[in-house]
Amino acid sequence: MDAGIVKQQEVAEGYFRLTVFAPAVAVAAKPGQFLHMRCGDTLDPLLRRPISIHAVNRDKGEVALLYKVVGKGTALLAQKGKGDQVNLLGPLGKGFTLPERNEKVCVVAGGIGIAPLFCLLQELTARNHSAAVFLGAATGSQLLCAGEMERCGHIVHIATDDGSAGFPGTVTGLFEKTITPGSSSVDRVYACGPRRMLKRLCEIIRLEGIPGEVSVEERMGCGVGACLSCACKTRGEGNGVAYKRVCMEGPVFPVGEVVWE
Amino acid sequence: MSNAGVKVKNRPNLSVNIGGIHMKNPVATASGTFGYGPEYAPYIDLNRLGAIVVKGTTLEPRAGNPAPRLVETPAGILNSIGLQNPGVDRFIEEYLPYLAGYDLPVIVNIAGDTVEHYAILAGKLDRAHGVSGIEVNISCPNVKKGGMQFGSDPVMAAEVTRAVKGNTEKPVIVKLSPNVTSIVAVAKKVAEAGADALSMINTLLGMAIDIKTRRPVLGNVMGGLAGPSVRPVAVRAVWQVYREVDLPIIGMGGIMAAGDALEFVLAGAAAVAVGSANFVNPCATMDVLEGIEKYMIENEIQDISELVGAAQRFSL
Repeated sequence: MDAGIVKQQEVAEGYFRLTVFAPAVAVAAKPGQFLHMRCGDTLDPLLRRPISIHAVNRDKGEVALLYKVVGKGTALLAQKGKGDQVNLLGPLGKGFTLPERNEKVCVVAGGIGIAPLFCLLQELTARNHSAAVFLGAATGSQLLCAGEMERCGHIVHIATDDGSAGFPGTVTGLFEKTITPGSSSVDRVYACGPRRMLKRLCEIIRLEGIPGEVSVEERMGCGVGACLSCACKTRGEGNGVAYKRVCMEGPVFPVGEVVWE
Repeated sequence: MSNAGVKVKNRPNLSVNIGGIHMKNPVATASGTFGYGPEYAPYIDLNRLGAIVVKGTTLEPRAGNPAPRLVETPAGILNSIGLQNPGVDRFIEEYLPYLAGYDLPVIVNIAGDTVEHYAILAGKLDRAHGVSGIEVNISCPNVKKGGMQFGSDPVMAAEVTRAVKGNTEKPVIVKLSPNVTSIVAVAKKVAEAGADALSMINTLLGMAIDIKTRRPVLGNVMGGLAGPSVRPVAVRAVWQVYREVDLPIIGMGGIMAAGDALEFVLAGAAAVAVGSANFVNPCATMDVLEGIEKYMIENEIQDISELVGAAQRFSL
């Protein structure tokens, strides 16, 4: 379907927040799902780009996407502005499993990984459920949504690789340092970020026996489960492995399911 | 009452017969790009398709290749899925019944490591309810054994064709590889061996290298190139084979719109298959179908057969 662009803002250098008017998507969307976006009418790039749903405003019928310009597709998308149309499919994929009301929730985001997690936090805010957020970025100017999350009552812990804001180091390092090992300070973890970060985080929380879910990324073709391009290696039956589709069984997977390499 | 003087616009006849498979229109799906059907059911009415060609099926389940399995290239897609599929028995049990609810021919693409595999697959599908035809994949570039090896040797291609034909009464379509010295030589041998129709072309063997990491992008190093970038190669292959081999051809390779499909038809394809375009536009098959019909009405073509190979008269 085609949707009109309500707003497009560059929220940090190379990071864009795109808001579209898509009431049907706004109603159906669940945190963790994505939209498969046609970035232009070009043959190069040819394919759509899967982009996480970042925020939803059901009253206004608006859906916001937060993305980083990483290649030709996202660069084209970033050129669009208010009043332009954009073609999208979705909401697609399986989102996050929402926590029980009394659970202590940790959200761990690396860089643009905050995009789908913000939508989850929005849902938690609506349920008066506050979470501890661990937000990491390469540098302070790339820390996204921190103020907004704090205003919604979430506690935000910050880490930057260059030490320009918060804890100097990785977000997983900060998470490990902050949580009390062996205690029940965390009941459930939700995470999204670079593969290496997710791998390390999963090691930590598996060791602590904390359940959780991660949102993963993979190069995607159709987005509807047909082409089997966006394969994520997962633990299969017995000791085997099974490739699951990020677009259908994902992009959110239980922590123990993904095989990190 | 007389209609004299009133120009009646009859809807043109789009139905085609591909080696015994009756298709209500010439637009099929290319194997591997359309799953097993339900994936696209939210977007199009599957009953309107000329035929569905389902994902490549093997004797045993296949896990497929490691990621990344896909990379975009200019006007193209390189893939190395590696025939991930549940195996023929689970396909028949779990996936095939869904399509029985639709009024469309189901063509099952099969791939094997050995000639015997192809024969067994054909036998199993021959007995399965709801299979209209078998597409023999002797051209997959993404598997270690079998696949393209069979398709690049005319003698082997013929042997596989005979083995399949010997085990099924159903129409047998052989899908040819473009990664050969002479696609006509392979097509001729396959025709002699009893094939009922040809699908052409499968993907072109290709690769891409990431200059940042200095390693091949695809997990499986090489992959098959599809999309608009391969279309001229595919049109040429259909053109050459149409002249030499008397079998219906399903033409495919980068068809994004009706005009692209018509190129294949004019070159000699009796039907077409839409592949990569489904990823860009899930309604691509319907857009192609409607565009062909519109072209026929505008050009007063009564029957699609009038267009098949129509450009051949300009051959040098």
